[in-house]
Amino acid sequence: MLVLGIETATPQVGVAIGGHEGVIASFHTARDRRHAETLAPAIQFLCAQTKLDLNEIGVVAVDIGPGLFTGLRVGLATAKAIAHACKVPMIGISSLDLAAFPARFSDRLIVSTVDARRGEIFYATYRKTAGGIQRISEPHVDQPENVANQLNANPEDCLVVGDGAQRYADTFENLRGVEIGQEGFRYPNAGSLVELAHPRALREEFVTPAEVTPLYLRAPDARINWQQRERS
Amino acid sequence: MTVILGIETSCDETAAAVVVDGHQVLANVVSSQVDLHARYGGVVPEIAGRAHESLITPVVAEAMVEAGVNDEDIDVVSATHGPGLIGSLLIGVSAAKALSLGWNVPFIGINHHEAHLYAALLEEPDMDFPLVVMLVSGGHTMLIEFQDHGKYKLLGATVDDAAGEAFDKVARYLGLGYPGGPAIDELSKEGDPDRIKFTPPMRNEGLNFSFSGLKTAVVNYVRQNPEAETADIAASFQAAVVDVLTHKARQAARHIGAKGICLAGGVAANSELREKTLDVCVEEGIQGFLPSRAMCTDNAAMVAATAWWRMQSQGPSPLDLGADPNLRLPFID
Repeated sequence: MLVLGIETATPQVGVAIGGHEGVIASFHTARDRRHAETLAPAIQFLCAQTKLDLNEIGVVAVDIGPGLFTGLRVGLATAKAIAHACKVPMIGISSLDLAAFPARFSDRLIVSTVDARRGEIFYATYRKTAGGIQRISEPHVDQPENVANQLNANPEDCLVVGDGAQRYADTFENLRGVEIGQEGFRYPNAGSLVELAHPRALREEFVTPAEVTPLYLRAPDARINWQQRERS
Repeated sequence: MTVILGIETSCDETAAAVVVDGHQVLANVVSSQVDLHARYGGVVPEIAGRAHESLITPVVAEAMVEAGVNDEDIDVVSATHGPGLIGSLLIGVSAAKALSLGWNVPFIGINHHEAHLYAALLEEPDMDFPLVVMLVSGGHTMLIEFQDHGKYKLLGATVDDAAGEAFDKVARYLGLGYPGGPAIDELSKEGDPDRIKFTPPMRNEGLNFSFSGLKTAVVNYVRQNPEAETADIAASFQAAVVDVLTHKARQAARHIGAKGICLAGGVAANSELREKTLDVCVEEGIQGFLPSRAMCTDNAAMVAATAWWRMQSQGPSPLDLGADPNLRLPFID
């Protein structure tokens, strides 16, 4: 079954197509944050180069975040509309799962991060399992210093990956037993999305577009203020 | 026969419509988020973005079911790409481009203001040009000379607040809630519009408008006359706004020798403005076009109707079209 993967939760725009033979084609750019301008032409380009018609796609996989809200929604709106138009189901996968996936050959504890802006990062922890990774904590948003303190208290060696770790490298790099992932792997990869989604698609673990819900992990600004006002 | 799907997400309405040949509306679905924003007294961009994301596909599906069309019946997909809230616009533009890819049909991006101009044309396809279009909404107050399809000239605009903004601000000050336009319209029916004399600034100066002073005048009046009836204040304020709008629409119509005056935008749903605009048209011996209330407020039928005209003149948009929050009408000098 062919999978179309769409990833726009970070400054990067990523699209990939793949199936049982792995990733057939992929496109990534992290310039200028022009998600809406880039995404549709990128999908069209990949289809043209692989000589595939979008109607041959069996499932649309999408990064559901956490990440940058506006970019994230460009990917979700695009993925849902393609799934709707092509009448295929969807699979939603977290950006943190995607950022952790390339580190799956490490025996260390994997801490996957995504820059949340405003001095915070989204993060979750993972361990390698046979053939993949397993998330062992719920995704959270916190200040990098607090995440660093938690890692410091943990005697285990760990690998901190993702653009949150890159942005706050100063906070993480001097911790004992902590290594920061490679810069080239800092964004969630659309190829990882296709690779993670494909076995799930074969197991028919998919949902309808309406059931794909973004993982924001943060209330909208106005709502936060309102709650504070009600409390005071 | 061309069947066009229109999508509109420029502010706080998630809308989709199916329109045939620019005037036959098969479905016009509008999912309003007004309840989500009412407690904040205005549209919160992030809340709007989240709501659009979850609503867009179901709203498109609903419009197509209501229209009784299948995917393969759609010839063109269109969406508003500006002006508006960037995070809201991007949802509609992204969804529309994706549908056009999935269905393998052209995509066309539409200017929200141009769509409002075509809202009246959608219901009255046989209007004679030139027309004066008075576009009055929460974001804009413009007098536009509609010379022909795609040919617009700006005759006048507000120099500060939009008329709809003045309604919202005064309504909020009077404790009437959000959105303010309908609240003031309703309450004014119980009030005396001649009780208080609010004079709109710049009434006799050209075709531009100013409304911020009017809001201040209302605030000052309430401070000095705390016992005044709210209904009288609302009615007198509304009368002042309608007076200046219709006065300038009449001046504009005379100035260009218009065959008619046409209302557009959310404030065009105001009952007093509709009545007084028709009076002006009768007095001037020209035609008056008042779009139905559903066509005044943001909707996708006007987007699909505009797309039909634009397809014939300029053809489809490229797939790398983004959203432009400050998109302007291409006015001629």
